[in-house]
Amino acid sequence: MIEIQNVNKWYGKYHALVDVNETVARGEVVVVCGPSGSGKSTLIRTLNRLEPIGSGRIRIGGQDIHAPGLDVNRFRAGIGFVFQQFNLFPHLNVLDNCTLAPIHLRRMAPAEAREQAMALLQRVGLAHKAAAFPSELSGGQQQRVAIARALAMKPPLMLFDEPTSALDPEMVGEVLLVMRDLARDGMTMVCVTHEMGFAREVADRVLFMDRGAVLERGTPEEFFGRPRHPRAKQFLSDIRTPFAAALRA
Amino acid sequence: MSFAELIDTYWLYFLVGQYPKGPLGGLALTVLLGALALVLAFPLGVLFGLARVAPQRWLRWPVTALVYAVRGTPLLMVVFWAYFFLPSVTGHKTDQFSTMLAALVVFDGAYIAEIVRAGIQGLPKGQMECARSLGFSYAAAMRTVILPQATRHMLPSLVNQFVSTLKETSLGYIIGLSEVSFIASQINTQVLTRPTEVYLILGGTYFVLCFGLSRLAYAVEARQRRRLAPAKAFS
Repeated sequence: MIEIQNVNKWYGKYHALVDVNETVARGEVVVVCGPSGSGKSTLIRTLNRLEPIGSGRIRIGGQDIHAPGLDVNRFRAGIGFVFQQFNLFPHLNVLDNCTLAPIHLRRMAPAEAREQAMALLQRVGLAHKAAAFPSELSGGQQQRVAIARALAMKPPLMLFDEPTSALDPEMVGEVLLVMRDLARDGMTMVCVTHEMGFAREVADRVLFMDRGAVLERGTPEEFFGRPRHPRAKQFLSDIRTPFAAALRA
Repeated sequence: MSFAELIDTYWLYFLVGQYPKGPLGGLALTVLLGALALVLAFPLGVLFGLARVAPQRWLRWPVTALVYAVRGTPLLMVVFWAYFFLPSVTGHKTDQFSTMLAALVVFDGAYIAEIVRAGIQGLPKGQMECARSLGFSYAAAMRTVILPQATRHMLPSLVNQFVSTLKETSLGYIIGLSEVSFIASQINTQVLTRPTEVYLILGGTYFVLCFGLSRLAYAVEARQRRRLAPAKAFS
């Protein structure tokens, strides 16, 4: 599904992605974790060309996504992307948020788009909020709508960029639950997240990144049970004992 | 001449100038000029504003230069330019109305461009990014996601600009356009003894026009606010 080959990226002199090589199979759920500034968000944003890359090659579904002549809008429409800040369109209600892209980009009949949107909202447990505006929803609800909106384009691949990091703790669970169900339905997913419980339970594979490089990859059991790289060990112990991490820093 | 006589003698002249025996003037001309200037300057300003935030340099730079040039010059200068410059380009003398209209449209177009730019750039960056990630082109994202939100933020500043456009029509006086200020000064010259009253009426007229426009805009704004709850800000 995704093949990342020798990808490098620089911000000026700063080497943001260092020789990243990775493949994600169809139906696989991959969690990317690592300390902040490690390049995990940058990496996931290169996958739908929100970020350009310096060198290397990325193929999605066999297609080189930087091939000249590629219709980038069409390509992006086939990938669901969920942002940390939800980015619902505040001038549209929940239903219209979910029908905007299918109607405009897929030329779907409005009635059909609404029907599909209602089914998706049902799936994320928010059908009763269809007429509400984003500002009337909690953060967790907004993020679930954002997932429904992305699913409305029927993407075979979903990317999640820290989907629960902007949420109050009590709302994290409802979003993770939606993501878990999505994974169980066979969706190919790449998730940048700090939710280790989610990684443990849902992920097929965990990637650990630091300073732009993927330092460790493995099943959740391997990664959490027997981390090999010293920085991965450090990271895991830091998130388990945040006080000690802060005191040491 | 008493105040009642003043009104009685000159009210029609004040409202329409010499019309129908001569060209249209007075308050009618002011309103016509102001309305046309708004109707033409607004779309031009939106186009200029879009060019100001365009990713393409060749679009951004000329408009930026124009905006800075206009902002750095008084409207009176622009009126003079239009008055002397337009005929030398077109080869025939432009009438005062078109001259004034051209000056107002360019001047206000540049100011509206800045309002539009600020309105667009005031939105969270994620909105454009998210629309693009759904597969919208830049132009489609602008049209369906960015501009509908930006217009809402722009409304108060736009009203401000519209009100000043209305007042700026009075500079037509300088090039002999018989709009309402010009007519008022004509009346004053003929009456001689009642300058206070004449100019009070003129001032009152402008006030009613501008106040009415502001109130109208407030009503529109209030209706929008009821329909669309304000966007929640996330840091």
